[in-house]
Amino acid sequence: MKRVNAVVIGAGAAGGIVAKELSVAGLSVVLLERGPWYTSNDCRKDDLRNQRTTVLGNAFGPDDDGSPRVSVGPTGEARVVLPSEGGYQNNAACVGGGTLSYGAMAWRYLPQDFRMRSTYGVPQGSSLEDWPISYDDLEPFYEKAEYEIGVSGDYSNTPFHGSRRRPLPMPPLPPNREFQILWPAAKRLGLHPFHIPMARNSVPYHGRGACMRCRWCVGFACEVDAKNGTQNTVIPMALASGNCELRTACMVKEILTDDRGRARGVAYFDARGQLREQPCDLVVVSACAIESARLLLNSKSRLFPKGIGNRYDQVGRHLQGHHYTGAVGLFDFDTYDDVGPGASIAITDYNHGTPGLCGGGLLANEFIRLPIQMVDRMPPTVPRWGLGHKQAMRTYFKRNIMIFGPTQQIPTADARVTLDPLVTDKWGMPVARISGNVHPHTFEMGEVQAQRAEAWLKEAGAAITFHFAGTPQVVSAGQHQAGTCRMGMDPKTSVVDRDCRIHEVDNLFVIDSSVHVTNGGFNPALTIMAVAYMASTSLVRHWKGTGFRS
Amino acid sequence: MNVKKYALARRDFVVAAAAAGTAFLSGCASSRPSQWEFLSERDAGTLKAICDQIIPADDFPSASQAGVVEFIDRQLVRHFRRHRSAYREGLERADSLSRKRFGGELARVTTARQLEIVRAIEQQDRMFFELVRGHTLDGYYGTPRHGGNRDAVSWRMLGLAEPPVLGRSPSEQKKRSTP
Repeated sequence: MKRVNAVVIGAGAAGGIVAKELSVAGLSVVLLERGPWYTSNDCRKDDLRNQRTTVLGNAFGPDDDGSPRVSVGPTGEARVVLPSEGGYQNNAACVGGGTLSYGAMAWRYLPQDFRMRSTYGVPQGSSLEDWPISYDDLEPFYEKAEYEIGVSGDYSNTPFHGSRRRPLPMPPLPPNREFQILWPAAKRLGLHPFHIPMARNSVPYHGRGACMRCRWCVGFACEVDAKNGTQNTVIPMALASGNCELRTACMVKEILTDDRGRARGVAYFDARGQLREQPCDLVVVSACAIESARLLLNSKSRLFPKGIGNRYDQVGRHLQGHHYTGAVGLFDFDTYDDVGPGASIAITDYNHGTPGLCGGGLLANEFIRLPIQMVDRMPPTVPRWGLGHKQAMRTYFKRNIMIFGPTQQIPTADARVTLDPLVTDKWGMPVARISGNVHPHTFEMGEVQAQRAEAWLKEAGAAITFHFAGTPQVVSAGQHQAGTCRMGMDPKTSVVDRDCRIHEVDNLFVIDSSVHVTNGGFNPALTIMAVAYMASTSLVRHWKGTGFRS
Repeated sequence: MNVKKYALARRDFVVAAAAAGTAFLSGCASSRPSQWEFLSERDAGTLKAICDQIIPADDFPSASQAGVVEFIDRQLVRHFRRHRSAYREGLERADSLSRKRFGGELARVTTARQLEIVRAIEQQDRMFFELVRGHTLDGYYGTPRHGGNRDAVSWRMLGLAEPPVLGRSPSEQKKRSTP
C-alpha cells in the first residue's frame, strides 16, 4: 500500500480536526474510522434507539455484535458488557464520533481546571495533578474551535470564565420557558446565569441553516444539520484539501514499529475483514480514552512488551469522566414548551471556590425530555408502576424542570483500562477491561452540587423537589471519558508530552481526551477540539517533509 | 405460516386476514396462523395480564391496548433475543404462582387477583419484574414504529402534538428579549 505521511486513527472530535489541520498543511493523511459515515438523513428520531436511550441498541455504534468490554465491580467480579448496556461506557463509532449525536455544549474549562493540584493540593489516595499547559496556552485554540466548528451563546453575563479575545461567533438561541423561569430565580440567589455555549447554529453559519428547535436533540443526529460536529465541518474540509483519504469501517489492530522503536505504520482490518498494513511517517491515535489506551496496550512488540508507550505502566490509568448529580422540581404550572434543544441556562458560580471542596461543576437545565426519559424521573412518593404512575406521567410531564451538572472527578491511578485476559472482540483482539473508581471526595462534591440544584429549583417556585447524587460503584466515564494517556513532563508519571507526543516514540501521538490530566467540571468536547488544534499546530510546525526538525 | 402483521403490505394483509377468516369458518382452528413471532398464545395472555397491571387502562388505553405485547414479542426475535429464556421462565413462574393461589392461569383470574400476583412477582421475582416493567414502559412511551404506543397514544395523552410541529426557525418564533 502506498506510503503516506500520517495515519489518524478515529474520526471523532479530535481525529477530524487533526486530519484537517495536517492535510491542509500539505501532509498526506489517511483517516481511519471503525464506523460508517452517517448523515442527517440517518436521523430516524427513534426514542428507543439512539445514543442516549439504547433500549433497542446504539444508533451510531458500536453494534452489540462483536465489540464487548469487561466491567469489574468493586468486589472484583468481572462481567461482560455489551455496547448498549450502561457499564460499557460507550461513546460512539462513526464519522464525527460523539460529535454527530452529542448535546453540543461547547464549554471552555476555567483557568483553575488546568491547575487542580496547585489550587487544592492532592487529596489522600488521589492522583490529582496540574496540566503541563495553561488556559492561556489553550485560549487561541479554544477560539479557533469556536469559530471553525461554530458555537452560539453569550458569556457576557458571567464573570466566571477565563480571558477571551473575541465573543462567540453566533448569538444564543431565543430563551425557552425553562430559561425564563430559572433566570430570575438564579438572580435572586445572587448567582450569574447565562446562555449555555452550544456548537449549534442559532443563525445560518458556514453554509448550513439554524436549529429548528425540535424535540430530538441529544443522542440524535440533527435532521437539519444545524448541530456542528467534525463530520459536517472539518472532515469535509480535510477531504476538500485533496490530501486526506477517509476509510470507514476500518478497525485498527495495532501500531507497527521498526527495529529502532519508531512507528512505521498501522495494521487494520478493512471493511471486508481483511488485514491490511498502511505504512506512514507518523501515527496519531484519536480513538477516545478507552479505545486509545486499548490500542496502545494491544500494540506489543519486542521493544514494547507491555504495549507501546507503556514502559512505566501509565497507559490506561486515571480513567475519569464526570459524576452527574442534580435535582428535579415539580411545578404547579407548565414549564414545558416543546422547544428544543431545551438546555439553555447555566451557572458556573460553583465550579471553584467552595471552602472544603476540591472543585465542583457547572449546573444547567437538562435537554428537552422525551416521554420515555420521564418514566423514572418521579419523586419517591409516586409508585413505580400502575395507575398512580400513569397519572403522575400526565400530571408532571409538562410541569417539571431538571437541573444537573457534571461534577469534576478527582482521579485515581486505580481507575483504569487494561486488556482482558479472556474476552476478545470479533477481530480476535483482547477487549478493554474497566476497573476501579474515582476518589470518594468526588461524591461529597456531587452531593453538595445536587443540593444547590435543588435550592435553585425551590427558589424558582417548584412545589416538590428532590435531588439525586448517588455513589457509583465503578468509574463513570461514558461519553466524557478521559485521562488514560496523561499529558505531563515526566515520562515516569505520564504518557505524552505537552505536544501530545508519546514520550518514548517520537513519531507517535495521542490526541484526544486521553491526554486530559483532569476533566474540568464541564462537558469536554470543546477542550478536546482545542487540544487537537494546539497539538496539530505544533506537529505541523515541527514537520520537515518526511520527519521532524530536531 | 407466520404472519408478520406489520411487515406485510396492506393488500397482502387483507389477503392473509381473509385466509385466516376462511380457515376459522371452515373449522380448521389448528391452521389459524399465530399472531405472535415468539410468544405462545398462553405466554402472550400471561404477559398481557402483567403489562396491563403496569399500565392499566383509564381514560387512555392500557399497555396491551397500545400494542405493548406486540412490541415485546417482536423484539424477542430482534434486540431482546438475550432475554428469551428470562421471559419464558418468568411467565411460567407467574402462571404457576397464579395456579397455586387461585387455581387458574394468570390470564384467567380476575383483575384484582392479577394485581395481587404482579405485586407478589415484584417482591419474589425482582429481576423478571424489572425486565417486564422496563420493556412495558419502553413500548408504551417509545416510538410508535416498533409496535407499541399505537397511534402515538401515550404522546397524545401527555399533550404532545403528533405529528410534531416541525420547521420552526428562530425567526418564526415569538421574539422575547432576555429577562
